[in-house]
Amino acid sequence: MSDLMAGLHQPGDTILHRLPVGAKVLGLAVLSLAIVVVRDVRWAVVFLAVTLLLAALGRVPLRSVWRAARGVLLIAVVASAFQWWWYGAEKAVETFLDLLSLGLAALSLTATTSVNEMVDALTRWARPLRVVGVDPDRVALTVALTIGALPGTIAIARETRDAARARGLDRNPRAYLSPFVIRVVARAHESGDALHARGIGDD
Amino acid sequence: MPTIQLDAAAVRVPLPGRGEREILAPTTLTLTEHRIGVIGANGSGKSTLARLLNGLVRPSSGRVSIGGRDVVREGAAVRRMVGFCFTDPAAQLVMPTCVEDIELSLRRTVKDSAARRERALGVLAANGLADHAHDSVHSLSGGQRQLLALAGVLALDPTIVVADEPTTLLDRANTRRVGDTLFGLDQQLVLVTHDLELAARCDRVLVVDSSRVVFDGSPRGAVAHYTDMVDVDG
Repeated sequence: MSDLMAGLHQPGDTILHRLPVGAKVLGLAVLSLAIVVVRDVRWAVVFLAVTLLLAALGRVPLRSVWRAARGVLLIAVVASAFQWWWYGAEKAVETFLDLLSLGLAALSLTATTSVNEMVDALTRWARPLRVVGVDPDRVALTVALTIGALPGTIAIARETRDAARARGLDRNPRAYLSPFVIRVVARAHESGDALHARGIGDD
Repeated sequence: MPTIQLDAAAVRVPLPGRGEREILAPTTLTLTEHRIGVIGANGSGKSTLARLLNGLVRPSSGRVSIGGRDVVREGAAVRRMVGFCFTDPAAQLVMPTCVEDIELSLRRTVKDSAARRERALGVLAANGLADHAHDSVHSLSGGQRQLLALAGVLALDPTIVVADEPTTLLDRANTRRVGDTLFGLDQQLVLVTHDLELAARCDRVLVVDSSRVVFDGSPRGAVAHYTDMVDVDG
């Protein structure tokens, strides 16, 4: 998840880097919708080829492609196995390819768009909501922070799981979940303090 | 240097059904030195004292002002003057990559995104992190993370930097690196630390114990006072 959503922006000057954020987001939405709606294994191959081409156009490093694919792979394998069981091999292959395509399409967006570009775009898009009392900067920052918080939250989950294991409590959900929730809330408070200290949200 | 003024500033927190607990007793100080150290045991109240200086903690009574500006009534203006560096940089770094985190600090002051990027890269270069601009903040070492957190603070050009135990989580080499960066700053520095070597480099050191400033003077005197205190308690 973190591989897909954060820490992956690769600066560059490709056509994908130069496209406006709005065009990229709209393109991702249309492509994702097509991948989900069109139910045909031959089209699944075409979509995978298109998303691979997009990744190549954006010069997304192979290492990032592999890490993103690895993140999706487990879900894709499990989902495909169920599809095989229920509907047969063709449906399983289609599901597997579709999930890989969706992951790659999202990766091409995150790799060619910095979070700050995304925040700027969200701020612009949320501007009309000012009339109903919504602060566009705050909306955009909230989205960015949510994305940014994912790797940290995953790290806390891993540490808490290891701590439970070290105490021989890895089969006790309470020994894992309670400290995890407490640490996530504490981290949220700390991050809030840090943002406050940087004057973010003062205006 | 701007004057940091505490006039009988105290912090109390309510305890459910048991009245209040004093975190910091009424404290009056005038701090004008370039580098001010704050030392004391865990839970003594030194972090609360530091957090009062940019409004992260509000005084329950008394007043705190920075360069004549009240930290409660003029909080936003005070935060523009006082940068705050936390113990754990992981809590402070909220964007995926180093340059994006610095850009977040600059969002308020630099509206043009290209200019913001250029300025952020400059801040990273000035803090020895140019090679890590596009690295994930999670891939940095502890020392690099703390330097990045500090760079995020310095990007705002504060006149005072408050650092709350910035070296506690670091090894000796990184402690020296972060310490050298902090002591190389032109800004006024308020350094809360357990590292007595760093405290000894300050111009004035406060010792906090049991919610009170129990010593205020030269670094040598403060370190001796604190060491005696620990020896007696130990």
